[in-house]
Amino acid sequence: MFEWWEQLSAVMVFDGLGLIKGSQLGEAVHFFIYDTLKIYMLLVAIIFIVSFLRTYFNTEKVRVYLQGKSELSGNVLAALFGIITPFCSCSAIPLFLGFMQARIPMGITFSFLISAPLNNEIAIAMLFGLFGWKVTAIYIGFGLLVAILGGFIIGKCKLEKYVLIPVTPMSGDLEDVEIRLHVTKRIKDAWVYTKDIFIKIYLYVLVGVGIGAFIHGYIPADFIARYAGGDAWYAVPLAVLLGIPMYSNAAGVMPLIEVLTSKGMLLGSALSFMMAVTALSLPEAMILKRILHVKLIGLFFGIVGFGILLVGYVFNAIL
Amino acid sequence: MKIEILGTGCAKCIFLYENAKKAVAQKGIFAEIVKVEDIMQIMNYGVTSTPALVVDGKVLSSGKLLSAEEIVALL
Repeated sequence: MFEWWEQLSAVMVFDGLGLIKGSQLGEAVHFFIYDTLKIYMLLVAIIFIVSFLRTYFNTEKVRVYLQGKSELSGNVLAALFGIITPFCSCSAIPLFLGFMQARIPMGITFSFLISAPLNNEIAIAMLFGLFGWKVTAIYIGFGLLVAILGGFIIGKCKLEKYVLIPVTPMSGDLEDVEIRLHVTKRIKDAWVYTKDIFIKIYLYVLVGVGIGAFIHGYIPADFIARYAGGDAWYAVPLAVLLGIPMYSNAAGVMPLIEVLTSKGMLLGSALSFMMAVTALSLPEAMILKRILHVKLIGLFFGIVGFGILLVGYVFNAIL
Repeated sequence: MKIEILGTGCAKCIFLYENAKKAVAQKGIFAEIVKVEDIMQIMNYGVTSTPALVVDGKVLSSGKLLSAEEIVALL
């Protein structure tokens, strides 16, 4: 898909700048220019498409669709809605309470709350740009599985008593929510949103790819395989723990992970790390702490973390 | 006219409040603008994402930071 760009950037670097092909500096600069612009193009395209599709959904609509759904099928639906619904963790409280109000079982709400940040547009665009569609599909597929099963297990634990704010369940059913917007307005909104996100993250991408390019050109593969990856048993849990505080920096961290995998880090550890970055969000936990008992949040993190660990180990074993 | 901005105090909610003030000034109408921060009150409007814009008791937008121009168009 990007061969043309690989060749064009090679001409720019080796002929235009006069750097020598095969030299460490030349390869690092080529990799940097090629990778940054490729990721920028993909980021803009994917964020635009995702945010356009998302103008057809909102969490109020999801609540209508999830009302009255039984467990498991409700968990599956909630996890799928997590991909296409615009969601900001700052809305976690009204979402959580609003779903409870509509008598949606707590486990189903958690399936949505796990899936939505996991399948955020930045993570998907970065994965697609760096690893290709196969790894992206694996990430989304296993992310959904973690969201569905994680929510299902939390639902089975019957922890409603740990919700600190009393919610009166509504009687009757919700009416469908209509989103009336002209297509041109949807395109305009999606474009404005894409621009906002891009401005927020482009520097992180630049720095991430820059460090990645340095590693790519200067640090030998066996060095990384020995220290950052390989098949050591602790590689996956370490990846998950390191991923938790990285929440807001998915865009900057992922280019590094790509380089580390190309130099010997196992893909399972990389997947675990990326899922921990997106799904185990500390800011969201802090927000939810205002309405949920610490025990419930701990369990939520524990179950999701365990699921991510499993994904990592399974992949390291089979790939 | 009564304009309510629903939000539990996130950055976007504050921006929406500011934009609503600008929109009212641009339109030159008389309106009361209130910030609703109590979560129980927010739930009563049936919104599940914030910030939300409520005009005379009717939810016009939720989960979106509207610009002043967009609010003018909605009023």
